[in-house]
Amino acid sequence: MSVRVILVALAIAVGLTRTGVAQSVPLVADLSNHLVAITTGFTGTDVLLFGATDGPGDVVIVVRGPATDVVLRRKDRFGPIWANAEAVAMRDVPSFYNVASNRDIAEFTSERIRDLYEIGLENLKLKFVDSQLSEETRQAYGDALIRLNSERELYNPENGKVSLLANRLFRAELHFPANVPTGAYEVGIYLFRNGDVVSGEFVPLIISKTGVGAEVYDFAHNLAPLYGLLAIVIAVLAGWAAEAVFRRT
Amino acid sequence: MQIYLPIAEMSVNIFLILSMGGVVGLLSGLFGVGGGFLMTPLLFFIGVPPAVAVGTEANQIVASSVSGVLAHWRRGNVDLRMGAVLTVGGFIGSTFGVALFSVLRGLGQIELVISLSYVIFLGVIGGLMFYESMKAILRLRAAPAGRAPRSARGPGRHTWMHGLPFKMRFRKSKLYISALLPLGIGFVVGVLAAIMGVGGGFVMVPAMIYLLGMPTQVVIGTSLFQIIFVTANTTFLQATVNQTVDVVLALLLLVGGVVGAQIGARMGAKLRGEQLRVLLALIVLGVCFKLAFDLMVTPSEPFSFGGLGE
Repeated sequence: MSVRVILVALAIAVGLTRTGVAQSVPLVADLSNHLVAITTGFTGTDVLLFGATDGPGDVVIVVRGPATDVVLRRKDRFGPIWANAEAVAMRDVPSFYNVASNRDIAEFTSERIRDLYEIGLENLKLKFVDSQLSEETRQAYGDALIRLNSERELYNPENGKVSLLANRLFRAELHFPANVPTGAYEVGIYLFRNGDVVSGEFVPLIISKTGVGAEVYDFAHNLAPLYGLLAIVIAVLAGWAAEAVFRRT
Repeated sequence: MQIYLPIAEMSVNIFLILSMGGVVGLLSGLFGVGGGFLMTPLLFFIGVPPAVAVGTEANQIVASSVSGVLAHWRRGNVDLRMGAVLTVGGFIGSTFGVALFSVLRGLGQIELVISLSYVIFLGVIGGLMFYESMKAILRLRAAPAGRAPRSARGPGRHTWMHGLPFKMRFRKSKLYISALLPLGIGFVVGVLAAIMGVGGGFVMVPAMIYLLGMPTQVVIGTSLFQIIFVTANTTFLQATVNQTVDVVLALLLLVGGVVGAQIGARMGAKLRGEQLRVLLALIVLGVCFKLAFDLMVTPSEPFSFGGLGE
């Protein structure tokens, strides 16, 4: 059902730009879904991003998850074993970061522009809590952050995921894995022409836990003592019931 | 079929968890051990954060101990007075253990301490068990008829332990000893329960037999009785202080565990004890070596996130 709705929406959007009603808007975009619900059976999801431009150009999409504070630890050798040694804290690190575009970003943007708009993993501006850190340490921990989050499928610099249609319409499947962090996301869409951003739009996206899982999580965090007591009661009842059932058989 | 664990914050295959519960339950029914010391490392291996594995396993042990203690209770094999003293020690120990857990977690060293504790305890217990059961097998081969287990109680033994103050009479255990001894044992077991996510039966049972000199028939029931309260306290504190008890995971493990334990107990009655113990010893040593290897091998990724979502 959604595909048709989207097509209609696109047709209207394109129609509007054609007739000149929205001549001042070179870019419009929206998501198929503004709320991703993590339920008990959640194994990741795709959200369709679609939109239209007022003419040829390249489209870059940057998805940023809620900013969090992060502590990274490095293991060192202590005799025969490896153990965590030094730790480095970072502030306001995006918990999720994905880039998508219709072709290799380096082909149509300059390094300066990518740096300015924080497009690409190497252009993420990491804020270290300790300002005295050496450049070498920053580099090592920054690389580690990107590597760890890439392994967890949270950071993804994938190119070429945006498909353009007749230089007017574009669409992209944004993938969110099972371990996606919850919170308010920001989906940035940039339209590039001649190496510069001519238009940009931001669409919000909320990822939140719902259903039993969310209630259990909230309960465990907000009413921790009660949750603990309930966990014990459940365990005692389950143990007693199990014994009673098997005693009879 | 995947299920999302709300506290561990990960998706797992429901059948994997059920069968893990089943296999560990089978082993615990077969060998008469709690199984926490096998389940917690298994949870690490499938990627459950160690802190959540430990907190959740304490919750599961509450259930398996309740289910185990009822039969002993009906047969009158629970020394309530001894159990109460052990529980007091266990409460202090587990409260201390959870606080220690919290501090170590903040320092980023909790995983190391958990792993090291496991390597040491599994190594010692697996090694002793292997040695004892091999010796028993060899002795059986030499003299098939002579199968008299050594009495653990040396009558008339008098050591430094009998000079300790605060003597108490434990009628059911036929003991007149200082309350400090069971208090101390309870304390150590409580710390282990909090840090390792185990009931501690594998430490307490030998300690009750060899250190306190309790009669064997009341040992298991009394230790299960104490484990209920200590793991309940641990569950409560881990839930309150660290928010690391995953009820969904605990329930899944429980279902598998209960069924496995019943099958295991029935199988165990038909199998030979010594061979079984060698097998358990090998499993315990295998888990120990895997954990030790992971600690010693150069990590492919030296960096890791500290804390859970902090």
